Amino acid sequence: MWIPFGYLIAAVLFILGLKKLSHPRTAPLGNRLSSLGMAVAIGTALVQMEFGSGPITNWNMILLPMGAGALIGLVLACKAKTTSMPELVALFNGFGGAASALVASAECWKFVEASELALPDPFTKTVAFGAAGFSAIIGWCTLTGSLLAVLKLLGGVSLFGKWFAAPTWGPSWLNVVKVLLAVLVVVLTVALVNDPRDARWPILLLASSSVFGVLLVLPIGGADMPVVVSLLNSLSGIAAAFTGFIINNPLLLVAGSLVGASGFILTIVMCKAMNRTLSGVLFQPYTAHASEKLTRTKVGSDPEEVAMVLDGARKVIIVPGYGMAVSQSQHVVKEFAELLAQKYDTEVKYAIHPVAGRMPGHMNVLLAEANVPYEQMVEMDDINSEFPECDVALVIGANDTCNPAAREETGPLAGMPIINVDQAQHVVVVKRSLGVGYAGVDNDIFYMNKTMMLFGDAKTMMGQLNKALAES
Amino acid sequence: MIDPSLFLLNLTLFVLAIFLGVELINKVPATLHTPLMSGANAVSGISVIGALFGTQIVMQDDGRSVASLLAGIALMLAMANVVGGFAVTHRMLNMFKKKS
Repeated sequence: MWIPFGYLIAAVLFILGLKKLSHPRTAPLGNRLSSLGMAVAIGTALVQMEFGSGPITNWNMILLPMGAGALIGLVLACKAKTTSMPELVALFNGFGGAASALVASAECWKFVEASELALPDPFTKTVAFGAAGFSAIIGWCTLTGSLLAVLKLLGGVSLFGKWFAAPTWGPSWLNVVKVLLAVLVVVLTVALVNDPRDARWPILLLASSSVFGVLLVLPIGGADMPVVVSLLNSLSGIAAAFTGFIINNPLLLVAGSLVGASGFILTIVMCKAMNRTLSGVLFQPYTAHASEKLTRTKVGSDPEEVAMVLDGARKVIIVPGYGMAVSQSQHVVKEFAELLAQKYDTEVKYAIHPVAGRMPGHMNVLLAEANVPYEQMVEMDDINSEFPECDVALVIGANDTCNPAAREETGPLAGMPIINVDQAQHVVVVKRSLGVGYAGVDNDIFYMNKTMMLFGDAKTMMGQLNKALAES
Repeated sequence: MIDPSLFLLNLTLFVLAIFLGVELINKVPATLHTPLMSGANAVSGISVIGALFGTQIVMQDDGRSVASLLAGIALMLAMANVVGGFAVTHRMLNMFKKKS
């Protein structure tokens, strides 16, 4: 009778956890509170199953999948490199969506398989199967969308020794297809409510929602993936909330809609940081800029030359990007900063673009791992005015986030706020090639007279630069 | 016997929790966007509760093998989401903690 009290405790722990998770000092506590809430929730559910709705007859059916799942999650989370955490979040998110969809499908299939099982009264039937339909739609859509997002974050996949790049494709008529699919899944849900014993409906829902999820993410470029992952995270919360309507569980409802709403707000916050609108990200047709032919060229510099420019520098601003994450060069970068401070008493700061890397806060995470003092990481808006007085701006594996093309009226980058690297006295760019970034636009910065290019892997190049600096 | 009161109660919880969620995440520093997303993602693994009850319903009768298989897979995936989500958030936050 009083067992569901545990759900209230869990819900309160989730709310406190999320609240604390949004402040830097209390964040670790917040995560612990949320996980405690989850433990309470699972414990309450098990007690309720054992003593409330009849004893559990087959513990293996519960403990085996739970153990296997926990192991998979733990291994993935602990083995992942710090660079691939965004992909991992997207993958787990897909799992969550699939779980909700499967719960809904199992609920439907129960009536397909056991014809002797009486259907509930019309009202309950409408609520339960309507919720099951929506939970399945959103869940499957989240699964396929997340998997495609993982693929796009990775850049592609290697199969049988061949590399397949993640596709981005979306003519404007695709939006019409999306609308038609959205109508189709709603029609299928109505059909499911009318005739829950027909096995075709859950299967057709699976198929059409999966296609819908793929089509939703397919036209969106890799640079917008953080927004997409955040949106899918919000959707997986809503899917969980809908399963709450099926099994009448208050905690599923509360926790699901809590994540759904806060995830949506986070998505909007991210869009604002990129000066985009959510509808722009989702529905703008993808126009291929046929991988813009590079007509200009630039002679590469070497670490010794760069070390000379750095001689006696008073102020250096480091602008990290995805290249730093890929090469795991944050520790070498930190050594570089310390070396400068020691030798020339240089003031070193890090300029953090809100969407640098593959996730907001990606750079902060990496730099913090290398023990870079928090005060040295300055957000874009606060540091942009400091570039004219800065001797050297060192760009490490960043491209789009400092591309002046964003200041123009048109083009894929138009309107995105950028880091004003071009205003520094000297610019040093560590990059593997002159190739374009995610947005596929050539970068004027590389060709300026005051720019020196260090072509190569960021970790190797920074190592050589540190050596040259120490010897100079 | 049609009684919408339970549904209305559920709907009330659903709507109120949405309002709470909007208020909860108001000012978040960019640094915490990724950990917050990851932590919220772990919480959305609450569908593990749904999967648990799903397995119980099908356990009571042997004739529903497909449904029990679906619920079992759901339980596994939800658990991976929960455990992995919290663990990866913990790892991210640990990186911040070291600096102080």
